[in-house]
Amino acid sequence: MAQISLDKLAHSYVAKPQTDADFALKQIDYVWQDGGAYALLGPSGCGKTTLLNIISGLLTPSKGHIRFDDDDVTLRSPEQRNIAQVFQFPVIYDTMTVEQNLAFPLVNRGVARSEIDRRVADMLDTLDLKDKARQRARGLSADEKQKISLGRGLVRYDVNAILFDEPLTVIDPHMKWQLRTKLKQLHEQFGHTMIYVTHDQTEALTFADKVVVMYEGEVVQIGTPEELFDEPAHTFVGYFIGSPGMNVLPCEVDKNIVHMAGAKFTLNKGYADLVGKLEIGIRPEFIDVKSAAEANGAGVAIQVTAVENIGRHKIVRGTVNGYAIDVLTDEDQSIPSDAYAVFNTSRFNVYQNSHLVRAHS
Amino acid sequence: MIDKPFNNKAWLFVLPVFFLVAISAIIPLMTVVNYSIQDTFGNNQYFYVGTEWYTEVLGSSRFHDALGRNLLFSGIILLIEIPLGIFIALSMPRKGFWVPVCLILMALPLLIPWNVVGTIWQVFGRADIGLLGRVLTGLGVDYNYATNWLDAWITIIVMDVWHWTSLVVLLCYSGLVAIPEAYYQAARIDGASKWKVFRYIQLPKMQRVLLIAVLLRFMDSFMIYTEPFVLTGGGPGNSTTFLSIDLVNMAIGQFDLGPAAAMSIIYFLIILLLSWVFYTVMSNFGADAPNKEVG
Amino acid sequence: MLELQNVSKKVGVKTHISDVNLTLQGGTVNVLLGPTLSGKTTLMRLMAGLDKPSSGEIIVNGQRVTGKSVRHRNVAMVYQQFINYPAMTVYENIASPLKLQGASKATVDTEVRKAAELLKLTEFLDRTPLSLSGGQQQRTAIARALVKKVELVLLDEPLANLDYKLREELRVELPRLFAETGAVFVYATTEPHEALLLGGATTTLHEGKITQFGPTIDVYNDPVDLRTAQTFSDPPLNTLTVQCHAGQIRDGDKTLGTALSPHNIADGSHTLAFRPHHVSLQKTSSFTVPVSGVITASEITGSETYIHMNTGEAKWVVLTHGVHKVKSGDPVTVYLNPARYYLFNGRDNTLLQAPLKSAEAA
Repeated sequence: MAQISLDKLAHSYVAKPQTDADFALKQIDYVWQDGGAYALLGPSGCGKTTLLNIISGLLTPSKGHIRFDDDDVTLRSPEQRNIAQVFQFPVIYDTMTVEQNLAFPLVNRGVARSEIDRRVADMLDTLDLKDKARQRARGLSADEKQKISLGRGLVRYDVNAILFDEPLTVIDPHMKWQLRTKLKQLHEQFGHTMIYVTHDQTEALTFADKVVVMYEGEVVQIGTPEELFDEPAHTFVGYFIGSPGMNVLPCEVDKNIVHMAGAKFTLNKGYADLVGKLEIGIRPEFIDVKSAAEANGAGVAIQVTAVENIGRHKIVRGTVNGYAIDVLTDEDQSIPSDAYAVFNTSRFNVYQNSHLVRAHS
Repeated sequence: MIDKPFNNKAWLFVLPVFFLVAISAIIPLMTVVNYSIQDTFGNNQYFYVGTEWYTEVLGSSRFHDALGRNLLFSGIILLIEIPLGIFIALSMPRKGFWVPVCLILMALPLLIPWNVVGTIWQVFGRADIGLLGRVLTGLGVDYNYATNWLDAWITIIVMDVWHWTSLVVLLCYSGLVAIPEAYYQAARIDGASKWKVFRYIQLPKMQRVLLIAVLLRFMDSFMIYTEPFVLTGGGPGNSTTFLSIDLVNMAIGQFDLGPAAAMSIIYFLIILLLSWVFYTVMSNFGADAPNKEVG
Repeated sequence: MLELQNVSKKVGVKTHISDVNLTLQGGTVNVLLGPTLSGKTTLMRLMAGLDKPSSGEIIVNGQRVTGKSVRHRNVAMVYQQFINYPAMTVYENIASPLKLQGASKATVDTEVRKAAELLKLTEFLDRTPLSLSGGQQQRTAIARALVKKVELVLLDEPLANLDYKLREELRVELPRLFAETGAVFVYATTEPHEALLLGGATTTLHEGKITQFGPTIDVYNDPVDLRTAQTFSDPPLNTLTVQCHAGQIRDGDKTLGTALSPHNIADGSHTLAFRPHHVSLQKTSSFTVPVSGVITASEITGSETYIHMNTGEAKWVVLTHGVHKVKSGDPVTVYLNPARYYLFNGRDNTLLQAPLKSAEAA
């Protein structure tokens, strides 16, 4: 187990990168704490897999260094780095039994037979695969195969980190739940540093203590799930995290007065003079839909274009003075015909040229 | 899981082929069966002799010797060409400029007709005018495929290896390039040695193509005719008289149609039986569940 | 309109589809929901005419098409994998079905440009599919299905290989695009959430059998049996085996409340079920029934917390608002609301009671 430091790391697949655009991964400096659970989140092509492959040693970065504790491992191969990796599609050794699959990395490292037997038995127990121990691995279901891939990493008690590359892609929703929870429990039990790459916000947020949001080769925000939800540092984060994403509306800000969507709002916090493109970000969760009577003059009239009942919530899609917004309401709430959108102004985030601005006071 | 689309009209397209196969294969085969159970004194007079020819062929030492040579030859060929083919396929580059170059080089021997291969080596190996023969003689090796049975065998084997290993290489290569990169990465992370990568990833993933390679090479080598015919004509002595050569001698040289017909049927059945054995053994090797791949 | 009458499909001794009866209307969204290998793809192949049913009839707009091959039917299909002609440009790809239909050059051009506009592909028309992102490739495949003007559009988990956010966008666009063409639109998915977002009607499948067919939200609210409820629940439904006596629901000697209509519940052993968000960590006026257990894991999504807990033999998931930092192994007491209970018959797992609908339950 180790702390992993990225030191001015950058990577380009072009031989002689000229401009910023040539870099699949722009410069990143970060320290992954020993024993932490991290997620790399972003759309395809954002550089998250590139970063993962650099950490695992499958790729040598064009610039910068990577350290495990104080060891510079930049030029070391995956096997020398002592890490484990779970891939998108389950990788198992077809001709071996489940047991033999789990024992394989230990056999390769010359661990004593008695020790191997003990650890494999332990791992079969942990992964609930005891009754399949002697079956050939190729006959198993996708989620069981994925458990084996993970188990091959976990049996090596001393791995520096376990890396996951979208490991739940081929798993059915119901099994996704179980596998994800299992992962969480294993993290608590073993305390490995885990790094999990995904484009699925739910997977990232539920798995990680800290989520690294990436976009076009750049890290746009690193934070806890709460931070990403409450105070997205960039409008992209607001849009990418949350379903539906954050509403982003153009506005004017004058200290604690906000003009947005043809209405005026008074905030309980003030801002310095701002120039450039100004926007308000407000999550659908923090807008209410009420009837005129209930709103009692507090809201702005909303023209409802669609109501999607998704069971637990209703998604109300509508326009306020011509600006499209999404509202998330409780399943029990009925949508009145004279609907008013009531904004929770304490949840307003102000963005200047797409970046979050902190309030003055 | 995936069923073929259905279409009753498809039979219309299959029928002509069915007739062609019937005319070109089944009917001649039946003629042979017919010959194998009759005898003639000429004048187109035939009479039924039952299994007499079969007993005669199966009991003759001439047949036993030829069969032994065939089995030995096919065994040697498979033992050399399959491992060598795998080895070359493993050494070939997976991507880049050299891939097409290697593929073309590998395909070249396959483009040369059998009798030409025979003629090339016949000339190449001659002690008086051939390059190989001259060099060997010059080095003091007493090499002569026309008089020494061992030299004849070595020459035929080398010839076949030279001609046909490429086929095994190409088949294995196609199996190797189909293995997803993640398998190699996982194996590196698990600390697997090169041998283990081969044993537990490459070999299992090549199983199907290897099955095809073994079957093709077995059937071909077991039916070998042209090369020894061109090179040695079955000699020296009877040392390179394989079943096929013996069969031709019997049928055309001695015009013993009955025994020759019986022998072809037996020959055919042996190939069928051995192919079936190879197929069953190899496709069941290491499998206890239907082989289903993801993706 | 597409009708399936007593359709079965057997391969060898295995039954893949068993006695399916289904009527799907034109211009509507129809979701096929079920886990992998539940028969979704097989059913779609039968609908398309790629496979012939072992028995039963398939009828399109009143005409029997059973056994008619897919090439003679007016069908479009989009798969999970992005399938386009790699050597053609996006324009040629979209135009290909029109050209096959023998449309004039001018018609082809208008139709292609219209579809490209709808699917935001206009700027990529001259590129080849493989130079595009996954989302754009799938849009191209969808555009091809769209211009074909077919009676039946089949989409087999079309968004499964796309990014989360892209899925969200296309999911909103797709039903709208195809509803306009008046075609029967069938969409297969494994994800309950996706079915709810698409709306329309949902058919739930389990082991080759239809378990329920109806408006999506009704199937979600009133599943006919436990299996359907579980298929249509993500996160998974919480269940507990209970004993009912005169409408009283008991777990051992603990009372869990009264059934909504006590007289309709037969005495005996039944399955109590409730959704993960119908649990409260605090006692409120409606969440009154305490159940204690042990926390096994917790997951925070930023605005909500999933708490996994064990109580007795049962494993439950609790979804609560806000961020709750809890520790695995700690004891926890949660509160249930009897108005939110599902009850399934212990003998055949059929629905005995569904929760009260929104307004009444508040």
